[in-house]
Parts: sequence; structure tokens; C-alpha cells
Amino acid sequence: MTHKKRRRLMVLLLAGLGLGTATALTLTAFQDNIVFFFSPSDVLANRPAGERAFRLGGLVEAGSVERGTGTDGRPAATFRVTDGAQAITVTYTGVLPDLFREGQGVVTLGRLLPDNTFRASEVLARHDETYMPPEVADALRRAGHWNPAQGAAPPAETWNTAPRDGRSGG
Amino acid sequence: MIPELGHFALALACVLAVAQSVLPIVGAARRDVRWMATAGPLAAGTLVSVAVAFGCLLWAFAVNDTTVSNVVQNSHSAKPLIYKFSGAWGNHEGSMVLWVLILALCGAAVAGFGRDLPTALKARVIGVLGWVASGFLLFIILTSNPFDRIWPPPPDGQGLNPVLQDIGLALHPPMLYLGYVGYAVTFAFAVAALLEGRVDAAWGRWVRPWSLMAWSFLTLGIALGSWWAYYELGWGGYWFWDPVENASLLPWLVGTALLHSAIVVEKRDALKIWTVLLAIMAFAMSLLGTFLVRSGVLNSVHAFANDPTRGVFILALLMIYVAGAFAIFAWRAHRLAPTGIFAPISREGALVLNNLLLCSIAAVVLAGTLWPMFADILTGAKISVGPPFFNLATAPLAIPLVLAMPIGAMLPWKRGDVWAALQRLWWAACIALAIGFLMLVAAGLPVWPAIGIGMAAWLIVGALADVADRIALFRRPAQAWQRAKGLPRASWGGAIAHAGMGVTIAGIAGMGVATDTLIALKPGESTRLAGYEWRLDSIADAQGPNFTSRLATITVSRNGAVVTVLAPERRTFPVDRQTTTEAAIHTNAMRDLYAVLGEERDGAGVLRLHHNPLAPWIWFGSVIMALGGGLSLSDRRMRVAAPAPKGATSPA
Repeated sequence: MTHKKRRRLMVLLLAGLGLGTATALTLTAFQDNIVFFFSPSDVLANRPAGERAFRLGGLVEAGSVERGTGTDGRPAATFRVTDGAQAITVTYTGVLPDLFREGQGVVTLGRLLPDNTFRASEVLARHDETYMPPEVADALRRAGHWNPAQGAAPPAETWNTAPRDGRSGG
Repeated sequence: MIPELGHFALALACVLAVAQSVLPIVGAARRDVRWMATAGPLAAGTLVSVAVAFGCLLWAFAVNDTTVSNVVQNSHSAKPLIYKFSGAWGNHEGSMVLWVLILALCGAAVAGFGRDLPTALKARVIGVLGWVASGFLLFIILTSNPFDRIWPPPPDGQGLNPVLQDIGLALHPPMLYLGYVGYAVTFAFAVAALLEGRVDAAWGRWVRPWSLMAWSFLTLGIALGSWWAYYELGWGGYWFWDPVENASLLPWLVGTALLHSAIVVEKRDALKIWTVLLAIMAFAMSLLGTFLVRSGVLNSVHAFANDPTRGVFILALLMIYVAGAFAIFAWRAHRLAPTGIFAPISREGALVLNNLLLCSIAAVVLAGTLWPMFADILTGAKISVGPPFFNLATAPLAIPLVLAMPIGAMLPWKRGDVWAALQRLWWAACIALAIGFLMLVAAGLPVWPAIGIGMAAWLIVGALADVADRIALFRRPAQAWQRAKGLPRASWGGAIAHAGMGVTIAGIAGMGVATDTLIALKPGESTRLAGYEWRLDSIADAQGPNFTSRLATITVSRNGAVVTVLAPERRTFPVDRQTTTEAAIHTNAMRDLYAVLGEERDGAGVLRLHHNPLAPWIWFGSVIMALGGGLSLSDRRMRVAAPAPKGATSPA
């Protein structure tokens, strides 16, 4: 093997090693750290297994927000997240983002408790009050309550009761 | 009238840019000197036209011309003048004009400062910059005209998103764009070199200052963005691995690799094909960043209202430029035969390792950033990839990179000896280990932050050892001062940038032991955090220029002595019907005391209090890095870009 060929082989091996390591790292890290997004209907239809954290999104049901103080004296809030068909009660300890409003799209990160309430560790904030998180828009579309292409979301009051049969929201 | 003038100037700039992208390149191919000579005037003409357009846009914002729909959507007469100006580039259309303005500025700079460049290479570089400029000017004119009129004009504008009314964010886009666009110049040099079929040390000497300039500004831009997120979003964090943040980190990683491999091209005439590839990749990452931010394909905390047609247009531009460059690369790269030969253990070898690790990190970040999009397209699953993934996947690559940084800087060119380098670094290694150990045992830090501090010390002391070695501080202390004065600025710059990285890592490690608490306090009540006593004195109303606010007064004391009075605010902007939280931060350079006022209920204010050790070092280190880059840039060899005299050896 000539000197040049050996050098080229070295470089190739090194590059392969780097790429291989990067791929292996990516895949291992993916395995445990991908966070899925579910709408309330998804969660109730197909309960996510185990203690794994996921993101729950939908609209904040109007009139459902209760602010209080948690057992440890920290500020807490309870509200219901709905996609029009189903709703899930979310408990959160912390300061709600500035743009948190009833009737607005919200994405929360947390775990589902055995009693089907969702314990959120994060309530995601948005910069823009007219902004609708795309997953939430998709969840609402799938629940058959709103076609985002046909304009803005219907007013918050109409999401209130989360009827199982009626399609009053759309 | 002024907006029409601006629109016309944009169209004129587009025509000039198209001419700029054809005439010089055809001229270079036909070796026609007169055609090649059009490059300079055309680049200057494009710059003047774009500058006129940008000036018109600024004017429309300054006088709050409500017949321009962009002004209506993003401005308001009650806004301070500086935010009227920054509002001009705080929105999509205006920021694209700024992008093109900086690109035109770079094109004119190549024409103006490039008097020593070979005529054909210069014509080609300016021509390729013309391709980029015409693409983006077409994009602005066809999909995002900033001068669109609206009729009838509303009485006033809708205001700028309040979180953007901030000095950090007024400066963030121009800095970031100077970085992004700087890589357009290295890209143009790469493509021009491929067209020419020649890459030599002179080419490396030209690419290096541009990549240094782009890198320094990008470093500052990223740091400004992260600093803004830290104090304005009020979450107490500085980096969220958000897609938009990653979009700026990707060109930085590839650009850092480019910066180092360009040294090898310049000094040793090796790694040429790789450097050309990196230059293309760095620009591809910049374009990808623009695409990710502007198209809204990725879910991000920074996602503003977006328009899919724009995304498709930028994606098309990205494909044309990158695919085109790769096609030229495949066609011509074999001509760039390497001449410099080096052993695996050498400065060159160390720089290859640096490139390998940086590119691997970039690949991991890219995969994590784009995977949610692909998963959505392929399987319809809505997923997100959060900080745990990025921390876990990048740390194993970043740690060896950091460990190798001081050693690589010590290795000689061509053939080196790791043990010899380590012998000159042993005291640095001892200090770093001792500091890490002290942090772990004496200060009682958790393992990872202690390792972080140790690595930071390794980088900083390693950079000192590097300088001490170069000026022979220990061997011939008498002449050290003389040698220090004679040491090339590029050497100082490199050592300073490496030390700056160390300072940033120390800040990140310090944030690893940050503590916070969330508590509802009534005026007069107090709480304890991190050895400080935080007492809420009052919550009162206050009035700003275009907002009203609730202002809390918190007295922080330690052992009875008052340390500072913090005044976090919740601002309500009536025009935008929005509320923002303004964190109050007190820093003494070693730690930040950070307070945020949340909602109020039953006479109590909800407070989030943070104690962030070493937090300011994160941004301080970035500024040191950028200064190191600037110092390198001011090196005499870079300024004159003259070939180094034969036999002259100067370390990088």
C-alpha cells in the first residue's frame, strides 16, 4: 500500500468513525427522548403506555381555569384542554405564560396520572396571540370541529361543553 | 411617493444583480477583460439600489406611513423612534431587505477591497454573489414586497409585538445576518474556485478573513439572541434547543469547522476539497436557517405568523444554490489535487479532528431539528425533540473536542508528537484537574457542573500555556515581552477565542447549579433562596411610553445587608393587547439574581426567583470569542492579503 493510499484510508476510517458515532448517538438519544404529541381524543382512545412524558394540546376550555395554591404553597392552576370532542383536566404548578387565555390554543408537556388527569410540567408560551400551534390546529381538524383553512377558530364559548355527539363547535 | 421609490429601487437592484450574475462570469470564461471589469460597478450599483430601498423603508417606518401595509402591521405612532427603526427589520419583509442589503454590502466590499485578487477570480466571486442576490431580490419582489400599499389607510398601525421592542432584538437580526451573509461570500469563493479549477494558498488567505468575519458576527448574533431570551422571555433559561436557535447554531458549527480548515489550506495547501465542501455546507446551513425561520415548517417558540408560499420559494432557492454548487463540485472537484502531505498526529491532523467532531455535532443537531418534520411527513406522527436529546447526543462529541482544543493548538505542522505537546501543557492539565476536583469536593458541586468547570479551566489555562509557549515566557523570560509584541495577531486571536469558549463553558456549567423558587408573596413578606433574603416591598402601577405596568419592588439582602433592589415588571401594551414580563436582573459578574413577577391574586404577587451562578459568563465568553475573531481579522497578513514571503513561518 502506498503512503497516499494509506492516508486516504485513514481519513475514510476516521470520517466513518465520526459519522458512525454521530448516528449511534442520535439513535440512542432518540429512543428515550422523542416526545409525542396527543390530543385529548387520542389520549382517551389510546392511553399512552407507562409513565412516559408526552405533549397534550388543544384549546383551553372557557370557564375551566381555576387558579389556586398548591399543597407546597406554590401557585398552581387547573384547566381543561379540549379538542371539541374530548377534554382532559390539566394540573400545573407554576406561572402560566402571559399569553395563556381561555379559548386559546395551548401545548402542555407532562405525564398522565392514573385518574386520567394530566400533570403538566410545562405550559408552552407563544410570542403571538393570534398564533395557533400547528399540532393543535391539526388535532382540532381531526376531531372534526374546525377546519383551519376556513378561517379563525370559533369563539371560546362554543368549546365549552365538549359534547360527545354534537358538532356544535364547528 | 417614497415607498414607490423604494419599490422601484428594489426592482432596479434585481436587474443589476441579474447583470452582475451573468456579465462577469461570462467575461471570466471568455477571458474578456472589459466584461470582467463590469463586476465592480455592478456590485456597487446593486448596493446603492438596495441601500436606497432600505432607506425608503426606514423612512416609511420613521414617519409612520400608514398607507404601507408593512408599517400598519408592525408599527405604531406611539412607539419610541429606535423601535420604529428596528421594527423595519423586525418583520419578515424588512428583514429580507436587510439580508439583501448586507449581501450587497459584502459584494461591494469584495469589489472594493479585492484589488489584489486575480481579476478572473474576483469577477467570478462577484458573479456568484450576484446569483444569490438576484434570487433573494426576486423572492422579496414576488412574495414579500415590503412596500405594499393599503387603501384606505387605517388611522394608525397595529404595533410591533412587544417582546420585540427591545434593544437586544433590535441588534440581533443585523448581527446574525452579517454572519449568515458572510458565509455567502465564502460560498461564492468556493464556487468561483471550482469554476476556476484552482484552490491555492492565496485562495485560503482570501477565504479566511471572510469566514472569520462571518464567524465573529454569527457568534455575537447567537449570543445576543440567547441573552435576549434570558432576560426578555423571563423563563430563566438561555438556550432551549429550539429549532430557530438550532438554525443559527448549525451554520456556526460548520462555519467554525470552515474557519479551521481554511487555515490548513492557507498554511499547508492541503484539505482543499474538504474546505470547498465546508464553504458550500456553511452557506447551505445559513439558507436552511433562513428557510426554517421564515417558512414555519417547524414548531418553535419563535414562530411568528408565516406564509407557506414563502417557505416553498426559499426551499426552491436552497435547492438551486446547494444542488447547483454540489453539481459544480462533483464536476470540478477532482481538479483540486492536494499537495501538502501531513502525518495524522500534527496540527493538520488536529484540525481534521476538530472538523470531524464539529461536523458530527452539526449532523446530530440537524437530525434532531429536522426529524419532527420528516416524522410528520412520513408517518404523520406529531413528535418533538427536546433538550434532553440534544444534551445527550452532543455532549459525547463536544467533550473530546474541548479536551483536544489546547493540545491541537500546541502541535506543530506536518508531524507532531502528542507527548511533547502534553509535556508543555502538563501544568495546565494539573490546574484544570485541581479546579475540577476542588469544585467537586470543596464547593460540593454535582459531577457534571464540576466537570464543566474543569474543562473550562483546561481551555483557559491551555490558551495561556499556548501563548506562554509561543513567547517563550519560561525559557527566555527576558525576551518574552519582545516576542509577545512580535507574535502575530492571528495567534493572539486564536488563543483568546479558545479562552472565550472556556469562559462560555464555565457559564454553562454554572447554570447547571442554578436554583429557583416559585412563591406567592404579599407585600412585606419574604422568602429565602440561595442564602439571600428576598423581601417583596410593594407592587405598584407605573407608566411607560407605550405601555402601563405593574412594578414589584423586591429588596434582596444577605446577612442583613441589602444587596440590591430588584424591580420586575409586567407590562401591558394597550395597542397590541399584550402583556410581557420584564425580568429584573442584578449581576455582580459571578452570579445573577433574577426575579420575575407573575400574576397577582388576593393581594399577593406570584414571584419566580432565580439564583444563576456564573450566568453572565455565557455571553461574556461569546464576546471574548468574537473579539478573538476580530483580532485575528486585524492581522497584517489578512489586511493586505499579500502572499507571505518565502520561508517566513508564522503560526496560525
